[in-house]
Amino acid sequence: MWRYRYFLTSKPVKQTITLTVNGCEHAIEVEPRELLVDVLRNHLRLTGTHVGCDTSQCGACVIHANGASLKSCTAFAIQFDGAELTTIEGLGQPDKLHPMQQAFQQHHGLQCGFCTPGMVMSALDLLDRHQQPSRHQISEWLEGNLCRCTGYHNIVNAVAAGAEQAAALDTDKTA
Amino acid sequence: MYPFEYHKAQSVEDAVAQVTRGDDGKFLAGGMTLIPTMKQRLASPDLLVDIGQLDSLNGIRKDGDTIVVGAMTTHATVERSPLVNAHLPGLAQLAAVIGDPQVRNRGTLGGSVANADPAADYPAAVLGLNASIVTDKRTIPAEAFFIDIFETALEEHEIITEIRFPIVKNSGYKKFPNPASHYPIVGVFIAVTDDETRVAVTGAAGFVFRCEEAEKRLAARFDAAALEDMKLSHEDFNEDIHATADYRAHLIAVMASRLVESMR
Ligand SMILES: Cc1cc2nc3c(=O)[nH]c(=O)nc-3n(C[C@H](O)[C@H](O)[C@H](O)COP(=O)(O)OP(=O)(O)OC[C@H]3O[C@@H](n4cnc5c(N)ncnc54)[C@H](O)[C@@H]3O)c2cc1C
Ligand code: FES
Ligand code: FES
Repeated sequence: MWRYRYFLTSKPVKQTITLTVNGCEHAIEVEPRELLVDVLRNHLRLTGTHVGCDTSQCGACVIHANGASLKSCTAFAIQFDGAELTTIEGLGQPDKLHPMQQAFQQHHGLQCGFCTPGMVMSALDLLDRHQQPSRHQISEWLEGNLCRCTGYHNIVNAVAAGAEQAAALDTDKTA
Repeated sequence: MYPFEYHKAQSVEDAVAQVTRGDDGKFLAGGMTLIPTMKQRLASPDLLVDIGQLDSLNGIRKDGDTIVVGAMTTHATVERSPLVNAHLPGLAQLAAVIGDPQVRNRGTLGGSVANADPAADYPAAVLGLNASIVTDKRTIPAEAFFIDIFETALEEHEIITEIRFPIVKNSGYKKFPNPASHYPIVGVFIAVTDDETRVAVTGAAGFVFRCEEAEKRLAARFDAAALEDMKLSHEDFNEDIHATADYRAHLIAVMASRLVESMR
C-alpha cells in the first residue's frame, strides 16, 4: 500500500544519458524504466526498429550496441549511457542501400517487412563472426528472429547473398 | 513499466551497499530474465543496481587446474573463449546453445545461476563439473547451491562474483531444446575426471540433479550402449504441455547416449 501511494504521488526521476546513435551523439532525459527501443522510437523518432512481441522472442527490435546485436525491447536505455548504437537507419539510404539490405530486396527476403530491420541487424552480427556463413549457420543464427510472412527460405538466401556481396566489397577495398 | 530507482554500481562493495536501500532491491546483470519478469509483474523491484559495467566481474582466466569465469561474463564470451574451448569443451558447447545470439550477447553466467530456472542450461555445467560459486561473502560448492525451483543457497543481496570450474579430462553437453524458447526440455552435462563420471541433468525436475543410475553405468563402461534400457523413476519430474514426466525420463537416456557417443 505504501508503495502504491508512493507511485501515485512521486514524480518520475529523470536522468540525462548520452547515446551515440548511428554516429550522432544525443543527450536525452530518460526515466530508468524507459526501454531502449522506446527511447529510439519515441525520443529520437528512429522508427525503423520495431516492437513485435515486447517479450524478447521475435527479434524485430534487434539493434547493435558497442558492436554486438541485442534485443532493444529487453534493455533499459539508462544501461546504455555512453554506448555507441547502430540501428537500421544507420546502414544505408533508400538510394544507396547496404549490401545486406540490397540482398533482402533482390532475393525477396521480405513480404510485409516488419521483421526485416531486426533480420538485417542480426545477420550483420553473424557476418562479424563468419564472413562466409553456411546455410545451416544462418538458420541457427536467426533463431531469435521470427517472420510471419516469408517462411524463412528467402531470408536465408538473402543473408547468404548479402554475405557474399559484403565479402566482395571488402576484397575490393583491400585490393 | 512501473517506475523504479536505478543505480549504476561503481564496485562490488558499492553494489552490495546500495541494493539494501530498496524495499526489494535487485541486481541487474544482462536483464535477460529480470526485464521480462518485470514486464510480466512477476517481479517488481523498487531499486535496480546495475552491475553490468563492473570489469572485476567480467572475464575468463585459468588459475592452476581451474577455469574461473566472472559472474558478468556473457554466454557469447564463454562460447567463444579459447580457454574454455581448450579446457572445458562441454562448457563452451552449453553456452553456445543458450537461447539465441542476442540472448547470448547479453545474458550472463551469474544471472543464470542466481536465477536457477529449472530449465536453465548453466546449472547442469555447474553441478556436472562440481564447480564452486564464489560470492562477496563465501564460496559455495555446487552440491549445496541449488535448493529448489528458482531457489538457491544465496542469501538476500548476496552477489555472485565468479564461478570456479575444475578442469576435467573430458566434458560435454547436449540438450533437447523446446523449439520455441530454446530452453532445454532436458539437458545433460557429462564430466569425466580421473576418478568419476558425473552426469548432471537440467530441465527434467524442479532443479538440476545428478543422475546416479547413468553415472554408475558409464563408470563401468563409457559407451552409449551402457545406457540402453535405462529406465529412470520419474515421480518428481516436471510435467507440462511440452513433455510428460515419462517422456522427460526417456529423453535423459537419449540425450546422455548421444552425448557419450559424441565425447568418445
Ligand atoms: C528469449 C530468451 C531465451 C532464453 N533461452 C534460454 C535457454 O535456452 N537456456 C537458458 O539457460 N537460459 C535462457 N534464457 C535466459 C538467459 O540465459 C538469461 O541470460 C539468464 O537467465 C540470466 O539473465 P541475466 O544474466 O541477464 O541476468 P538478469 O536478468 O539481469 O538477472 C537475473 C536474476 O539474477 C540476479 N542476479 C544477476 N546477476 C547476479 C549476481 N552476479 N549475483 C547475484 N544475483 C544476480 C538478478 O538480481 C535477477 O534476480 C533465455 C532468455 C530469453 C529472453
Ligand atoms: S520486440 Fe523485442 S524481441 Fe520482440
Ligand atoms: S516479412 Fe512479414 S514478418 Fe517477416
